[in-house]
Amino acid sequence: MEVINGLNLKDTELRLGLPGAQEEQQQQQVSCVRSNNKRKNNDSKEESAPPPPAKTQIVGWPPVRSNRKNNNKNVSYVKVSMDGAPYLRKIDLKMYKNYPELLKALENMFKFTVGEYSERQGYKGSGFVPTYEDKDGDWMLVGDVPWDMFSSSCQKLRIMKGSEVPPAL
Amino acid sequence: MNYFPDEVIEHVFDFVVSHRDRNSISLVCKSWHKIERLSRKEVFIGNCYAINPERLIGRFPCLKSLTLKGKPHFADFNLVPHEWGGFVLPWIEALARSRVGLEELRLKRMVVTDESLELLSRSFANFKSLVLVSCEGFTTDGLASIAANCRQLRELDLQENEIDDHRGQWLNCFPDSCTTLISLNFACLKGETNVAALERLVARSPNLKSLKLNRAVPLDALARLMSCAPQLVDLGVGSYENEPDPESFAKLMTAIEKCMSLRSLSGFLEVAPLCLPAFYPICQNLISLNLSYAAEIQGNHLIKLIQLCKRLQRLWILDSIGDKGLAVVAATCKELQELRVFPSDVHGEEDNNAAVTEVGLVAISAGCPKLHSILYFCKQMTNAALIAVAKNCPNFIRFRLCILEPHKPDHITSQSLDEGFGAIVQACKGLRRLSVSGLLTDQVFLYIGMYAEQLEMLSIAFAGDTDKGMLYVLNGCKKMRKLEIRDSPFGNAALLADVGRYETMRSLWMSSCEVTLGGCKRLAQNSPRLNVEIINENENNRMEQNEEDEREKVDKLYLYRTVVGTRKDAPPYVRIL
Repeated sequence: MEVINGLNLKDTELRLGLPGAQEEQQQQQVSCVRSNNKRKNNDSKEESAPPPPAKTQIVGWPPVRSNRKNNNKNVSYVKVSMDGAPYLRKIDLKMYKNYPELLKALENMFKFTVGEYSERQGYKGSGFVPTYEDKDGDWMLVGDVPWDMFSSSCQKLRIMKGSEVPPAL
Repeated sequence: MNYFPDEVIEHVFDFVVSHRDRNSISLVCKSWHKIERLSRKEVFIGNCYAINPERLIGRFPCLKSLTLKGKPHFADFNLVPHEWGGFVLPWIEALARSRVGLEELRLKRMVVTDESLELLSRSFANFKSLVLVSCEGFTTDGLASIAANCRQLRELDLQENEIDDHRGQWLNCFPDSCTTLISLNFACLKGETNVAALERLVARSPNLKSLKLNRAVPLDALARLMSCAPQLVDLGVGSYENEPDPESFAKLMTAIEKCMSLRSLSGFLEVAPLCLPAFYPICQNLISLNLSYAAEIQGNHLIKLIQLCKRLQRLWILDSIGDKGLAVVAATCKELQELRVFPSDVHGEEDNNAAVTEVGLVAISAGCPKLHSILYFCKQMTNAALIAVAKNCPNFIRFRLCILEPHKPDHITSQSLDEGFGAIVQACKGLRRLSVSGLLTDQVFLYIGMYAEQLEMLSIAFAGDTDKGMLYVLNGCKKMRKLEIRDSPFGNAALLADVGRYETMRSLWMSSCEVTLGGCKRLAQNSPRLNVEIINENENNRMEQNEEDEREKVDKLYLYRTVVGTRKDAPPYVRIL
């Protein structure tokens, strides 16, 4: 008889199902690996626990409001907009260690390529320019300042179409 | 039918306050409908697209207080795209045009612009109270208009909004003649605050009962503010990263000791643990404590504070309090009615042994007999624990359990959590709101349909096996008003089984489920009083296709009852069938 935490499970087990439902419940015990989009369906049923999920973040999970998520110093969500796209997105700057990682993530998210960066000429070649709003409310070109300075002062990101970029940038 | 003159009936109706009761009264007969509608002061609209401003004003011309809710609940978790809707401007414009004597406006999940705030501030001479919860679209410039123009302002309450802080001087915009403030909450503002202007404002507001500061108000300013306002009942403290010097700390303690009316404490957006003891003297008076933003404080500091709060009725805290801390809560807070435990480590990456488990939940249920509302984020749960909780606390009205890892089973038996949640719904006959999580099959929904007779709102994520699950709920829970489902295998059969049902509900949300475009179209065809909205991620591709594949699954479905037909303000990627 299974006794856990002083509770005899069989005694306290509530039988709430409809008559004849008993069999169904016993079948549930085995298939504890549920299928979802992210995991394979044919894991061995002998495994007692499914393998830990990949560190991909599920959108909107866990269900906490954004201002709570940003309260944790380990995350820093900023909004990302791209000229012409209807959706704004959000990314966590703390997930990236340097500019190439960030730019690659942005390229994947919005399906574009950023041009080649040079200090003198900014981004050349693709027509898309990544910019950001800093703590003072000014719009700056991504890449000019050291990564740490950027990631602590960036409030918002905007990927501008090359034609919209003012000459000052 | 009427034995009394209208004025007498109206006077009787004054005692009927709840919206539902007033709605019921208005259905009795034409005469009562008329008296009721002309005397109605407060109107609550749970979905701003269910009705329009013109009809609202036509029916309730004398309204003074309006509550509006816009986006669906899952918008709080970034599941609803930008610009979906929920704009308040048309409402304010219509109310202004009709010269409604608006005094109070409460908005939740709506898009509010500076333009709307400016119009609001100029259009209603007796405007007294603005409460914005989880709204966006405005800046501190909009707040400046409210401050400057609303001469009778008593309440400005900003809860968890996304506000662009232009670091302006909005606090300075309150005129010197403004002395009527009762409640001021700007905790969600991210920028710097003009502390001098704030101090002057507080000093000339003798009726101020509730004050919630943002990060930028430093410790010494807090001490001065509290000295000016010892009558405060509700205080939201800002942020003190550094340890205070002894003199500032002493001043703070003196100020706090004088605040004998303080009953509610919140904020602590960033706080050095050494600041907490300053609050010990008033802990015995507290009935509400919100430490859920205090990410840097460890469990033992929290415990020391909570041990003094014997009268606590409401506690919001982070899971860093641990099972040990919850045991202290259970032993100390015998008056506790509402508990919310939020996750401190949102991505579940750290191996956090101090976080809460099912043990803490059971302890709370055993120690706090008056508990009726709970929101609990944790990493693991068991059926045995939930069964024990149900036995200890049959009085739950709201029960929201969020196990951080989707599909996670009972961590001891590896079974699904169907029996545990089943016990909850069977024992808690008054349950009105439920959120389920962990590994769940159709069985849990059978239980919910059978037992949760009072259930009005149900949130489902990563649960169920087949359409039967959703059908059990729709067939069983007669009082269901809001059903929101994500990432669960419910499809057209469940969606279409009883289309008339949706007119008895406020709304249904289904995202990443199995419903198809064809199913949604069939649903919309026979339902003129439902708006069926489809949101698809790849809207660019969709618009180019000439042939629609009706077997295509729909990313997001949001349907709601309405008496005013299709809305005109939807963005291009929202398709209303």
